[in-house]
Amino acid sequence: MSETLRKRRILVAKPGLDGHDRGAKVVARALADAGHEVVYTGLHQTPAMIATAAVQEAVDAVGLSIMSGAHMTLFPAVIEALKKQGAGDVIVFGGGIIPDEDVIELLKNGVAKIFKPGATTQEIGQWVSDNVSLEG
Amino acid sequence: MSRIEKVLEGDVRSAARLMRDLDDRLPGAIEELKALHPHTGKGYIIGITGNPGAGKSTLVDALITLYRQARLRVGVVAVDPTSPFSGGAILGDRIRMQRHASDEGVFIRSLATRGQLGGLSRSTFDVASVLDAMGYERIIIETVGVGQDEIEVMKTAYTSVVVTVPGLGDDIQAIKAGILEIADVLVVNKADRDGADRAVRDLFQMLDLRGVVGRQDVEIVKAIATQGTRPESGVADVVRAIDEHRERMGAHEIQRKTERAMAHIGELVRGLLADRANAALRAQGGLEGLAASVVKREQDPYSAAESVLKSL
Ligand code: B12
Ligand SMILES: Nc1nc2c(ncn2[C@@H]2O[C@H](COP(=O)(O)OP(=O)(O)OP(=O)(O)O)[C@@H](O)[C@H]2O)c(=O)[nH]1
Ligand SMILES: [Mg+2]
Repeated sequence: MSETLRKRRILVAKPGLDGHDRGAKVVARALADAGHEVVYTGLHQTPAMIATAAVQEAVDAVGLSIMSGAHMTLFPAVIEALKKQGAGDVIVFGGGIIPDEDVIELLKNGVAKIFKPGATTQEIGQWVSDNVSLEG
Repeated sequence: MSRIEKVLEGDVRSAARLMRDLDDRLPGAIEELKALHPHTGKGYIIGITGNPGAGKSTLVDALITLYRQARLRVGVVAVDPTSPFSGGAILGDRIRMQRHASDEGVFIRSLATRGQLGGLSRSTFDVASVLDAMGYERIIIETVGVGQDEIEVMKTAYTSVVVTVPGLGDDIQAIKAGILEIADVLVVNKADRDGADRAVRDLFQMLDLRGVVGRQDVEIVKAIATQGTRPESGVADVVRAIDEHRERMGAHEIQRKTERAMAHIGELVRGLLADRANAALRAQGGLEGLAASVVKREQDPYSAAESVLKSL
């Protein structure tokens, strides 16, 4: 009877001390342009803050932007924090300066996808549309 | 345990999912909301509106801190605009409030307008009601940045705070009559900038011209929201002005709540009717066929519209 309008909700977050926010903002804008609702929480977020925001905002996915080199600790920490808050089903993906061998390792450990510098906004938007389901 | 029971127990994840389903207008969620209604009515709803970039979110952040110091649980609903072109949105109000992210007494929820006019989303009141049922004692609603006559929040909130800034000069007119007259508390934020006193004077004058002053329930407060809760920030004065308005309203509580319920029901009737009309339109093959017949002069636009309404 009343019209339903499911939309994908994505949290874009910058964990840790890294102050490079250009990429995160570009990606947030691109995802909004692709028709999604993007919550952006700004710089210097701890994994617990990111997980709380993801839960309160009921997002489908969390996208992390990490340029500091700390990706091997931050990605798992966010996944762990989400599980702790009962939100282990939220998709975690992201991008930044991340060497190929680390990408392989992260993908084995629960990260759904990593985009490296040069990835186009179309690619990213398409991946989200194809991989972040609207059900549930 | 049903989702409603979990929400009433304070389960944040269940509540957040329910808010999502309400925002997406799933019929089942609206049934759940109905069941929550008996548990609502205790939270005090404060609306914050004002010019884009005036410092609304920064002020909300400071208000949260002060309310938490008073051991009150705080819920926030922050609304940002949906792009009419893409249908997407960047919800950024939360950036200024993230220091409260690890405080269990604070629940912040961002919403996009999704085409609704008036500075709020259609679901804003519903989401605030979920927070109310969960026992949040102060519920702050931040509208999108507005300057004109977009005043929906005034009908939703018990106390309406309008935030403006100095330096708009004669353009203080940027906050228009409608907003000024409905404000319960006016905040001149960014008082660290030149012209704050002048802005206060201008506001007094505008209120005076309209005969609003003397209406005891308007207060103008200077603030520097970026100073957080330091004494010089003036945020404590904002809290006091809200409390004083709340006390004055206490005497008229039933009347005020009835007015809000009237506005809300009226809006729901119009909204639900529009949903049905749109469904009927779709069932008749959409606007295109009707338009074609109007263009060919087979029928006039009124008859076309009436034919849709007949099938409701
Ligand atoms: C611009 C820049 C800066 C600017 C940042 C401005 C800003 N507000 O963002 C300034 C000058 C401030 C800066 C400072 C520093 N920088 Co710098 N900086 C860069 C530079 C040149 C470009 C980054 C950029 O903005 N790219 C454009 C954006 C659009 O691309 P992107 O961020 O890579 O994002 C793309 C993808 O990675 C991916 N992506 C990224 N995030 C996300 C998130 C999601 C959800 C998704 C889906 C995708 C995604 O998609 C994007 C689109 O393709 C890079 C070098 C480089 N070529 O990358 C160094 C670089 C990142 N910086 C570096 C360093 C070391 C620093 C400093 C420590 C330098 C110093 N010694 O002071 C400081 C630290 C600052 C801080 N507080 O953290 C190093 C990092 C080394 C590392 N990780 O091993 C780099 C790689 C340079 C280098 N080769 O050494 N920097
Ligand atoms: N100088 C000064 N800057 C302030 C003050 N309060 C807020 N700001 C700054 O004003 C900018 C906008 O603040 P926000 O709190 O995001 O404003 P907003 O009204 O919520 O903005 P929208 O939601 O986008 O309409 C930020 O850069 C703040 O740091 C203040 O009292 N003084
Ligand atoms: Mg804001």
